[in-house]
Amino acid sequence: MIDKKEQLNLVIVGHVDHGKSTFLGRLLHDTNSLPEGKLEQVKAVCERNSKPFEYAFLLDALKDEQSQGITIDAARCFFNTDKRHYIIFDAPGHIEFLKNMVTGAGQAEAGILLIDAKEGVKENSRRHGFLLSLLGIKQIVVLVNKMDLVDFSEDVFNSIKKEYTEFLKDINVNPIEIIPISAFNGDNMVTKSEKSPWYKGKPVVEHIDLFKKEPERTDKAFRFPVQDIYKFTEENDDRRLVAGTVRTGSISKGDKVLFLPSKKESSITSIEQFNVTSQTTSSAGQSVGFTLDTQLYIKPGEVMVKVSEAKQHPFSSTTFKANVFWLGKQPLIKNKKYKLKLASARESVYLKEIVNVMDASELTSTTNNKSVNRHDVGECIFQTIRPVSFDLATDFEFTGRFVIVDGYEIAGGGIITQAIESESSQIQDFISKRDYAWEKSVISPESRYLRYNHKAKFIVITGPDDTGKIDLAKTIEERLFNDGKKAYFMGISNMLSGVGATSSAGVEDRDEHIRSLGELAHLFTDSGQIFISTVSNLDDVEAEILKELNKPNDIVVINIGESRFKDFPVHLQLETPIDKEDALNKIYLLLQDQLGFANYSI
Amino acid sequence: MDYLDNLEAKSVYILREAYKDFKSLCMLWSIGKDSTVLLWLARKAFFGHVPIPLVHIDTHYKIPAMIEYRDNIAREWKLNMVYGENADALKNKQTFPDGNLDRISCCKNLKSEALKHTLSGDWPRYRMNHDTGKYDLDKNTEPYTGVIVGARADEEGSRSKERVFSPRDKASDWDVGDQPPELFEQFKTDFAPGSHVRIHPLLDWTELNIWEYIQREKIPIIDLYFDNGEGQRFRSLGCFPCTTPVESRSKNVEEIVEELRSGKFANIAERSGRAQDKEDGGGLETLRREGYM
Repeated sequence: MIDKKEQLNLVIVGHVDHGKSTFLGRLLHDTNSLPEGKLEQVKAVCERNSKPFEYAFLLDALKDEQSQGITIDAARCFFNTDKRHYIIFDAPGHIEFLKNMVTGAGQAEAGILLIDAKEGVKENSRRHGFLLSLLGIKQIVVLVNKMDLVDFSEDVFNSIKKEYTEFLKDINVNPIEIIPISAFNGDNMVTKSEKSPWYKGKPVVEHIDLFKKEPERTDKAFRFPVQDIYKFTEENDDRRLVAGTVRTGSISKGDKVLFLPSKKESSITSIEQFNVTSQTTSSAGQSVGFTLDTQLYIKPGEVMVKVSEAKQHPFSSTTFKANVFWLGKQPLIKNKKYKLKLASARESVYLKEIVNVMDASELTSTTNNKSVNRHDVGECIFQTIRPVSFDLATDFEFTGRFVIVDGYEIAGGGIITQAIESESSQIQDFISKRDYAWEKSVISPESRYLRYNHKAKFIVITGPDDTGKIDLAKTIEERLFNDGKKAYFMGISNMLSGVGATSSAGVEDRDEHIRSLGELAHLFTDSGQIFISTVSNLDDVEAEILKELNKPNDIVVINIGESRFKDFPVHLQLETPIDKEDALNKIYLLLQDQLGFANYSI
Repeated sequence: MDYLDNLEAKSVYILREAYKDFKSLCMLWSIGKDSTVLLWLARKAFFGHVPIPLVHIDTHYKIPAMIEYRDNIAREWKLNMVYGENADALKNKQTFPDGNLDRISCCKNLKSEALKHTLSGDWPRYRMNHDTGKYDLDKNTEPYTGVIVGARADEEGSRSKERVFSPRDKASDWDVGDQPPELFEQFKTDFAPGSHVRIHPLLDWTELNIWEYIQREKIPIIDLYFDNGEGQRFRSLGCFPCTTPVESRSKNVEEIVEELRSGKFANIAERSGRAQDKEDGGGLETLRREGYM
């Protein structure tokens, strides 16, 4: 069967023109990883064009680089040693292409950083080193390249080594080794070079094989971000599958599980994989599916954990502190809605505070910033509208790191450093601003109550699609109206009903919809009216938001059919199919109490 | 977990991300080994189901056994099978070698153009009717906004620069110089109306990994890849005027794996039998910028 060699991903970084492509070309050649005839072909082209052959051309020929001699994109190269299979990402050194560098580095388990012996430590030598550490790459080998241009001077090497080691120390990186090389001539690549007898360490290739493969994280607490929930009905398949990838830990059939942040509980009935005979356990790294012993309504983006690991459960909060590196053309600013992609969760997110901003090459930090600009690293506090479950990146990588989407583009990446108990939510901040600006009418709510003979109220009818919500809402409006009440049914809400209810794609639209609805309700109830609307699949968080926005008047929530609520006190639960007369009677009793009028006949 | 388990888990994760975030999604199936592995991975991702239409661009110059194999698998696995073509170019013989066209222009007509218009839905699509076993005109003309493709980074230069989720503009153009960042296994799943995204779950797989996986999973693969008894087999499948078999006596998957791992093909590029690559100066970037897979 297959050989048991490991596969390891490496990234090569460094300042522009410090010799990354030459190094890689040489590495591929010296490890016999080139296609047959490629070397001869490139040499022949050089001869025809009267150019001296360079190993960098070899790489360019492999990658079809057609730009101005600089690598513009992270390209994958494959090579093997006796020990391993490697994928190397050749990351561009030019600042313009930092997002490409991050792309390469973001997939690597170890990094090789090149510094030109003649030019010394440059801006991107530092920036790339810093980003490698932010991206969580702990194994770094530094190569001082082009040693042939400084006659293999030990002094030159030592001064670069000293300067760069001090820099790395500031960012808590401990390089495995710093090696003097000449990629152009092959010194200290595969074998030790006679030209640097003062260098006592190993050549590059030996070091590459010494990089440690990250162990499978089976010994950690169990984390399973719910990627999606499937119910494929073809060929009588009745499984309801919770799909995703086990990121850490392991789980067995029968284990009790908890979904966060919804706090819903169940246990594992079966572990499912196609073309695999029945499985009783699953562990870190596997993409699998689970069936549960109860029918739960959970959303993609929740994190499934084990009840038994209560001490190591993730945080669930709306607020967290993170180090974020910004790649977007527009700076990261406050009061703008972004999309957070954290593990499988997709949420609307706002920048709440900038603690400081660091120049990624100089490590100088400044406070009182209004924004985090392109290529800067900021320590920031973010806040989502709904709670999200996460870990600290130092404990759990996958559930502790995120990207931020601005418009259609991934504009930044971040690692979570702290969970924060928030004193106020985005909605509360919005409400206090609104109330501050609000010019109060001279007519008091009491006067309106006396005039209209009923309290102002926001009635929400919710539940799954096609349960007769709208029909019921209209009937209630009509009866109230005929009875002389100031009632209004808002039909436009239906336009967005269902959006984002099961899919995460429309989360921002859904958040916006809930907020607008709450705002409209507030206007109507402030005027003393009874405002009636329908929303599909309302849950705890959304009902709370509507309740907050509508204050000081009250909300009445009626749910028809399957309920997404866990903690929110629903006023009335109706089962499907609804018996309309019976439903109206129940609503009558409820409203009599809620609206503060007697002898209401419906 | 060994490296095949890791590659499989990551590809499955990518397929599920695509399925979650793209409403109008399809998967290209060229009948070759890579996209057949991709199809198998879709069954892995969706627990035996393939809830995504499979699109094949029929150049009508494909080796006939390929179409037969396609339809057999489609029937057996109950696939939502769709094909498209460049009917005008075929009718007017804008082709190679019988028309007055070079290989690259023929590829552009029969593959790139056909693909572009099949994806956008402005040329007819044909869908397999599982009741009759025949293809009917597809009523769905909605553009596909997510297109899953079996490209691998080790195939040739331009593919090594691809992203897993790679955006294309309205004209299907690929802006190699300005690609989105991709990190922490988060991909570009937001895109402007009118553009679409190519999704590449196999980017990290090598040719050898593909064969090792076919061997492990016992995936039914078309037998053109095996020695037919005359000491020749296809290493890469395409249209018959431009695809030549290689000299090889590998009769089964095991022998191919051995041949790639340590045998005569260990250091020879896979697409050496594809003539159009050579016309393009050794790289496919020209074709790929314009939408070739």
